[in-house]
Parts: sequence; C-alpha cells; structure tokens
Amino acid sequence: MQNSKVITMKIQHIVWLLPVVLFTACSLNNYDNYDEPESTLEGAFLHNGDSVRVSYNNVTFELWQGGFGAESPINVTVDQNGSYSAVLFDGEYRLVIPPGQGPFIGSGIGEGGSDTLQVQLKGDQKLDIQITPYFMIRNPEFSTSGRTVSANFAVEQIVTGANAQNVEFVQLYVSKTNYVDTRTSIGTTTMNSGDINDMSDINLSVDVPAMTPTQDYVFARVGVKTTAVEDMIFSQIQKMQIN
Amino acid sequence: MKTYNILILSVILAVSLISCDHDNFLSRSPQDVLLEDQVWSNPDLVRSNLASLYDNKPDYQELEQYWNFTDFDEAFPSRNGDYWRVRRQNYDYGAWEYWDYGYVHNINLFLTRAENADELDPADKSQFIAEARFLRANVYFEMVKRMGGVPLLTDTLSYEVGEDPAPLYTPRAAEAEVYDFIISEIDAIASDLPTDPTIKSTATWGAALAIKSRAALYAGSIARYGANTPSVSLSNGVVGIPEGRAEGYYQTALDAATELIESGRYSLYMRNPNDLSANFNDLFQDKQDNPEVIWAQDYLLQSETHQFTVNSQPKSLTEEGAVAGFINPTLNLVQEFELLDNTFAPLPNRDSNGDLIAYEDKSEIFANRDARLAGTVMLPGSQFKGQDLDIWAGVMESDGTITTGDQFGQQKMLPGESEPEQVVGFDGPIDQLELGTQTGFYIRKYLDPAPAAGRIGTGSDVWWIHYRLGEIYLNAAEAAFELGDNDLAADYINEVRQRAGFTDDLDPGEITFDRIVHERKVELAFEGHQLWDYKRWRIAHQVWNGAPLDIDADTPGDATAPSAGPIGLWPYKIHDPGGADDGHWVFVERVPSVVTNPVTFRLGNYYSRINAGVLSSNPELVQNPNQ
Repeated sequence: MQNSKVITMKIQHIVWLLPVVLFTACSLNNYDNYDEPESTLEGAFLHNGDSVRVSYNNVTFELWQGGFGAESPINVTVDQNGSYSAVLFDGEYRLVIPPGQGPFIGSGIGEGGSDTLQVQLKGDQKLDIQITPYFMIRNPEFSTSGRTVSANFAVEQIVTGANAQNVEFVQLYVSKTNYVDTRTSIGTTTMNSGDINDMSDINLSVDVPAMTPTQDYVFARVGVKTTAVEDMIFSQIQKMQIN
Repeated sequence: MKTYNILILSVILAVSLISCDHDNFLSRSPQDVLLEDQVWSNPDLVRSNLASLYDNKPDYQELEQYWNFTDFDEAFPSRNGDYWRVRRQNYDYGAWEYWDYGYVHNINLFLTRAENADELDPADKSQFIAEARFLRANVYFEMVKRMGGVPLLTDTLSYEVGEDPAPLYTPRAAEAEVYDFIISEIDAIASDLPTDPTIKSTATWGAALAIKSRAALYAGSIARYGANTPSVSLSNGVVGIPEGRAEGYYQTALDAATELIESGRYSLYMRNPNDLSANFNDLFQDKQDNPEVIWAQDYLLQSETHQFTVNSQPKSLTEEGAVAGFINPTLNLVQEFELLDNTFAPLPNRDSNGDLIAYEDKSEIFANRDARLAGTVMLPGSQFKGQDLDIWAGVMESDGTITTGDQFGQQKMLPGESEPEQVVGFDGPIDQLELGTQTGFYIRKYLDPAPAAGRIGTGSDVWWIHYRLGEIYLNAAEAAFELGDNDLAADYINEVRQRAGFTDDLDPGEITFDRIVHERKVELAFEGHQLWDYKRWRIAHQVWNGAPLDIDADTPGDATAPSAGPIGLWPYKIHDPGGADDGHWVFVERVPSVVTNPVTFRLGNYYSRINAGVLSSNPELVQNPNQ
C-alpha cells in the first residue's frame, strides 16, 4: 500500500514537471540560443593555379570583423595541401596574412597591392588566395626499392629581384601517417643547398626504419626550406608501399 | 494629540542639535583606513607599501611556479595533470606574455607620492624612491625580455570619462630604448641604495649592478645574434637591436659585472671545500650571511613558505604520502655536465659494440664529472637527507628480458627463483606512473632537506635567488668573450669552474660560444635562465626544433643541437644467478612514453603575442612578428 502511494505521488510530480520541461525546451529553442554560423568560406593558397602546400597546423591567416567593439581576429589554419575552410556568420570580413606567416610573400593579396582582402560573406563562398611563394616544388616523383624511398624533384625559384631568398636545404620525409613533415617523420634525409648541383634535378633517398606496429606502407613528401623564412614549402603527400 | 506630537518632535530636534554641536560628526577621521598623508609621514607604513610592490613583481620559473621548470628539455613533469607540457607540438604564441601596466602604474603612483612626502626623513625618502625605481627597472626588464619594446611610462596617467583618450595612447618604444632606460635608471639610483651585502631581500647597490650587467648582456646578445633570425624584427627597432650597438652593451655588462666582483662585497660560496657537490647545493640552502647571494625572494617558516620541496621530493622519502616527484631532470641536462678533464662525453652505458655495460655500483656511471651534477640532480645511487634513494626500473635477465612492476617497490617472482622479490625501485622509474621519477632522476637544487619541509602544512623556507655572484662571473666572461678578450673571459669562467672541481683551467683559446652556453646551462640550471638565454642567443628555434627525440644523438656541449623534449636514463638490475654480473646495473636511455610530441619553438615565440584586448584598446600598438 505504502509503496503504491509513493508511486502515485511520483507520477503526480512528473505530470506537474512535464509542462515545465516542455516550456523550458521551447524557450531554449526560441530565445536562449544564437544561431550557429552557417556560411562556409573555403579555398586554397594558389600560385598561378598551383596549390602552395605547407605543414599542418602551422600556417594561419586572420579574419577581422568590425562593428562589435574590441576586435580580435578569427585565426584560420591552412591545411597541408594549401586549402582552408572556415564556418562563419554572414558579414563583412577583412582577410589579412600576418607578416612572416607562410613560405610566401602575402602582402599584395588585396586590390591594388593592398595587404588586406575584403570579403563579403553571404552564404557559402569559395575564395582562393593568390600569393607568391619563394619557391615551388615541381614534378616530384617518388619510388621505392625494398625499404628505400627515393624522390626526384625540381625546385623553381619564384621570387626574384630584391626580395629573393636562397634555398637553405631540401628534405625528404617518411611518416607513418599522412601528416608528413619534420615533426612526424620517422626518417629524414637532408641536403643542404651547397650540395645541390642542379635545382631542376634533385635526388634524395631515405631508408625506412622498423615500425611498431609494423605496416607495409609509408607516406613520403619532400620540402624546401627558404633561408630566413620559417615555414617550408612542400610537395604533395604520396603513399608508398614498402616490403 | 497634535500638540503632543509636535512636542516630541521638537525634543528630538533639540537633542540632535545639541549632539551635533558636541561632536564634529562629519569631520571625524576614519578609524579603519590610513589616509595618504598618514602613510607618507611614517617610514614603516611606506615600507609596507613598498613591500607589496616587491611582492607583485613578476617572475616565470621560480619556487612558487615550479611547474614552469618542466616546460623545456631540463625536466619532465611527473604529474598526470601536467603531461600536456610534453605532449604539445609547439608553444602558444601567447606563452610568457606579460603586460601589466597596473603594476607599473602602482610604482609610478608610489614615486609621485614619495616625491611629495615632505615629512619623511630625506635619507629614508631617497632610499624609498631608489627602491621603487629599482623595481620599475626590474619590471621593464621582465617586460622587454618577453614582449620586446613596450610603451615606456614613467608617470601616472589619468582619464576622466568623456575625455578624448587619444593623448594617452603611447606607442611601443624601441627594444633598445627600454634596455637603455633600465641601464640609465640603475645608474641614477645605485648610489642611493644600501651597499650592505647582508641585505638580501630588498634592493641594494649590488642588486642594482647585477640587474644592469644582466640587462646589458641581454641587449648586447640580441644586437649580435639577431642576425641569425632576421625575420624576428619590427620597424623602428620595436623588436630587434642594431648590430652596431652590441659592443657598447657588452662593455656596459662587463663594466657592471667587474665593478661588482672587484668591490669584494660578495664572494663565491665555499664553506664546504671538502665536498664540492654538497658545497654547491648548500649555496642555495644556506641563508646565514650567504656571501654569494645578491638578491633573493626570502621565505619564513610559519609565515610565508612555498611548496617546492613538497612537490618534488623523492617518492620513497616523501613526507606527504600523495605528493612527490614532480620535477624530473632529464638525461639531456645530466649529460651536459663535463668530465673533470674538461671533455664532453655521453654517459657510458654501452660499449663500442653497442652492448650494455654492467656497473657494480649504480653511481659509478656518473663518476668523475663536474661536481655541480650531484649538487643539482639526485642521481641513482645517491642520498637525500642521509637516506639512500631507490631508483631502478626493473630486473633484466641475461637474454635481455625485463621484469618490472606497476607499483613502487613491487615484488614479483623472478625466473628460476622460489621467493618473490622486489623488481622495481621505491622511487621508480615506472613508465606513466606519476609521483615517482620517470626519467631516473630527481631534482636536488633548491630541494629543502629540513624536517617537515616536505609537508604541505609546513612548507619550505628556502629562498629563491634572483641574482648571485656565480652568474655575474659568467656575465663578465660572456661579455669579455664577445668583446674579443678571451684571456679575461677565461679568468672569469675558470673561477666558477674551479669551484665545481675542475683543476685544469680552460685556455683562452678554448673559450667559444658553445662553451659560454654550456657553462650557463650547467651552473644556472633550474634558476630560471634557460628560456631567456636561448631567446637572446636566438638558438631556441634550433634547440627546440620539433625534431623527433633521438636517444642516440649524444651531443653534450653543442649549443645548437636539437633537444626538443625530455629523455630519461633507466637503471636495471641484472638477474643472472651464478653469473659474474648478477646484481650489477645496466642503464638504458629511454623517452618516457608520456612524451608523445617533440616541441617546436617557432620564430613567433621569440616575442610573446600581445593579446587582442590590449591591442584594440591602444591603436598605436603593433603586434609582434611571425605570429
């Protein structure tokens, strides 16, 4: 008897609670939440139509939006293949590449050589950013023989004249995952610029060390370091079968 | 009724009028706050005001922020909540940011009021002013080494709501201007400060010269080595100092250091010449008229203590069961200590065939090294508070198989035995087990052996040394070397090395940049120098370069060799009943498996990011480069 009474009480409580819950749910839906940002801005860093590839989590640019008091930028990170994407609210943004960011000269991206690109965002938009890298890696070809990965590629100088820089070194990396640069490399071969005879025919090779757990493939990539510039320029990533 | 009311009212009115007459209610002085003129007529109250300025001065790696010692390659953090420090890929651009104009304002306000305090004794007044200007020079030094050039405010600013704020916007001064300001301030006040070398915890003549020598040395090296990182610069010298100024700054640093050394007021600590390691360790513990200490943050039992010892004491000797072993020095640091014949060598754990070398005694592998090693680090086979440490990672059979445990001092049955026995040390190392060492080492420098210093409720009163003469010798040596005077550099550096047990002096020809870097690394480990030194030499991006850790790299003495994370050295006991090496020890290098990422110091880390709030409230400011 006692028990069933308690249960009835409880059910009564729940019945009372129901409208409260419903009301809260409705009001949350209607009043408490902002809309989430829905417009996607995406594109890539390009030079004459070719992607400028960089290392992951390393190259960023800033989006600034005025009109809301103290300003702080939205940082957008560029992916390994040079692409980016950001989900934003519609509005007017200023796109700026901070000085010293990226393996390229990014100062003339706007109209008339301005360092700022105005972006009117209304719905999804594709926006490629034209920049001038110091170098480009051309025709990279990877091959394997046994556990040795070899690469052949050319380095083309893009920036000449007063802002020209030299190659500091070129590197070949192999990595267990398809994030490939010096941070994840399990085997790296470096060739300093002094040892490069022909920039249009560079050969590097590296022995893949034993991996735990074992896997019969690696991801390879070559990169070129520009003197006095922090970020490097990379080739595309190639998955290689090894024995 | 009405008349009655009026009567009462008039009585009340009369009474209140009378009481007003007798007591100046509205002009009574408050009983619970001190007014400005009361404070500024009493030297004790001014002193306590000044004390709060001392208390609020910024610092980075220090005894109360011990976790910061594990941010680089000197030490590993053995605490679950701090593993992120060795798992991150890079340092945040905002790391080490310091932009506290509230504190600068407080000092400027103190100075304005002190200037106007006519009731103070003139001698007191000039010392108070000198101490406050000393603290202001100190805070600008702290800011410039983190942020580069900062706005130089030497007066209070005031603002009324509705005014145009534009006149208050102050742009960043050039980096060199800030260093010049620090040097000129010290020159102006040094003679107003007490020269008594027994004053340790407040500003003295010695502390002023010490700051001057360090600041000028930093400025000189930024001017000289800025060429290594040309993109770390901003226009108008807001970041970066022109090479042409290097000589001048080095000369200033050398002159200040020489004056301090030759004054004879301080001397290198040498109270225990029979045991140089213990002597080096005592240097940090001995608060009794310590001849070497110039300026320190002091602590007092039962009043103001810190938890440095509580958190980093060895696990087997902990006085606070659930807390121990936080700071684990690394093999990277331990290998940096030279052999006593002035040569660099990795710890000999393998012979020329790559086979492990067996040692009868655990401490043998560390023999014949710089006395500062055992004074800085607790090694396997050493003692703390007179008790043996128990640092070993497991038992190794002759075929290389390893038996170990997952609890401190665990017992297991070894192959071929009938009784279980201990298979791992009570101090670790056990992989991924916090509170014990995970590198095979504990920190000794600054760790307090006093009873109960390892208890949370008691804490330690060991002081934190901001400046000591040993550093001044190294400042002088570096400045002399950079000025091309290797003879003088060798004289100064050898003084410090003799104290560490080196009997053969370095020849002037042996003084190189790498030597200077090395000597500061081993003499000043865990004293809060590493980050600032690596920044001013512009080698931070080369050393913490994000390259995977290589346990075979073995590059002691190489200033720019990569060292992007902590490496450990684990002792194993050999189990080979009847064999010649049974019960002996072998040592295996190993990266603690908690360390999942080498860390990258990016060019944008040389000067910390100014946060967006600061930037948007002053349009004159420019952001630091490469971020």
